[in-house]
Amino acid sequence: MSVFAWFASGLIIILGLAYLGAAMQQWRAGRNWSLLRVTAWLAGCLLLVQALAPGAMLLAHHDFRWHMAQHLVIGMLAPLALVLAAPITLLLRSLPVSAARRVTTLLRSAYVRFISHPLVALILNVGAMWLLYLTPLYLASLESAWLHAFVHIHFLLAGYLFCWSVLAGPDQAAHSPSFRCRIAALFLSIAAHSVLAKLMYGYLWPRNVPHDPEQIRAAAQLMYYGGDFAEVLLLVALFAMTFSRRGNTRQADVRANANG
Amino acid sequence: MRNDTGGTPPPSRSLLYALPIGVGVMAAVDEIIFHQILQWHHFYDLATPTIGIITDGLLHSAELIAMVAGLFLIVGLARRGVLFRRWAWAGFFLGAGGFQVFDGIVSHKVLRIHQIRYNVDPLMYDIVWNAIGLILIAIGLWLYRQASRNPVGAGRTMGY
Repeated sequence: MSVFAWFASGLIIILGLAYLGAAMQQWRAGRNWSLLRVTAWLAGCLLLVQALAPGAMLLAHHDFRWHMAQHLVIGMLAPLALVLAAPITLLLRSLPVSAARRVTTLLRSAYVRFISHPLVALILNVGAMWLLYLTPLYLASLESAWLHAFVHIHFLLAGYLFCWSVLAGPDQAAHSPSFRCRIAALFLSIAAHSVLAKLMYGYLWPRNVPHDPEQIRAAAQLMYYGGDFAEVLLLVALFAMTFSRRGNTRQADVRANANG
Repeated sequence: MRNDTGGTPPPSRSLLYALPIGVGVMAAVDEIIFHQILQWHHFYDLATPTIGIITDGLLHSAELIAMVAGLFLIVGLARRGVLFRRWAWAGFFLGAGGFQVFDGIVSHKVLRIHQIRYNVDPLMYDIVWNAIGLILIAIGLWLYRQASRNPVGAGRTMGY
C-alpha cells in the first residue's frame, strides 16, 4: 500500500512542477498564461498529495469516514481544480509541433471521444461508485492493495473526465455536446450521488465490512453534504463559463453590427 | 431564455428568475435546520419506500441547479441594469413559500416521505409549517402588487 502512496505522491509533485515550469516558459516567451490557472493546478496537486499521503491512506484504510473524505478529494474536488487549469492547452503550447500533433490525434481518437461524452463520463464516474459501495468490491479493495490503488486511479481519471465533459472547457473538448446535454448529465450526477448516500445511510452499505454502523452513517452523511458541495462548485463553474461565453458572443455581435 | 439577445426584458423577468432562488434557499433552510441542527428528521427515514428516496434525490438535484441558475440569471439582469428589485423579491418570497407549502403538503402528507418530528402529535407542527409557508406567499403577493402598480419606476436598480 505504501509503495503506491509514495509513488503517487512523487508523480503528483513532478506533474505539479512540470506545469509550473511550462507556465514559466510561456511567460518568458512573452506569452500570456493565467496565474489563476497555475493556482488551480497547484491547488489540485496539493489536494491530491494530501489525500494520497501514506498517513492519510492508512487512516482511510481503517476508518470509513476518512475513506469518504479521501474519495471526495480524489474523485471530485481535485479533478475540478485540475480541469480548470487547462493542462492540455498548456501541454500543446509547450510541446514541439510534431509531438503536439500526435497528442491532438490521440485526443481526437474515437476512444477519447467516446469516454469523454458527458453521459459516458457520468456512468464511468457515478456508476463505478454504485458498484464500489453496493457490491463486495469495496471489501475486496480493502484486502488487495493493487485493487485499492486501481480504485483511486479510476476515481481520479473518471472525476477529471466528468468535470471536463460537463464544462466542455477550458481545454477544448473532444465533444461539443449541447448545454442541455451537459446540464442533464450534472443533474443526474447530483441525484445519483444523493440517492446512493441515502441508500448507504439507510441500509448500511457496504456490507460485511469491518466498520461499525455509526461510522458508515457518518460517512454516508459526509458523502451527501460533501458531494453536494463539490457538485455545486462544478455547477457554479459551468454557469460562470457559459455566461461569460455568451457575454463575449453578445459583445462580438454588437461590434459586428456596429462595423457592418 | 427568450429575448436573450435583443430588447429590454420586462420587469416580470426579475420575478421569474428569483423564483428558483427562493425555492433553493427554503430547501437549504430545511436541510440545515431540521436535518442537521435539530435532527428532528433525517434526510432519509428508514420506513420510506425506495421510490421516495429516488424522487427526493431528483428534487434535491433540481433545487441545487435552480438556485445556482437563478443567481446567475439575476446577476445577468443586474449587470445589464434591468433588474427590478421589488419584482425579484416578490419572486423570491413566492418561491420560498411555495416550496414550504409543497413540502408541507406533498412530502409530509401525500407521499409521507418523512414527518417533521417523531414521537409527538405532528398536527401542531404541520399547522405551523404550512402557516409559515402561507405567510411567505402572502409577503410575495403583497410585493407583487406593490411592484405591478408601478412596474417600471419602483425598485429598479440604478446603473450598476
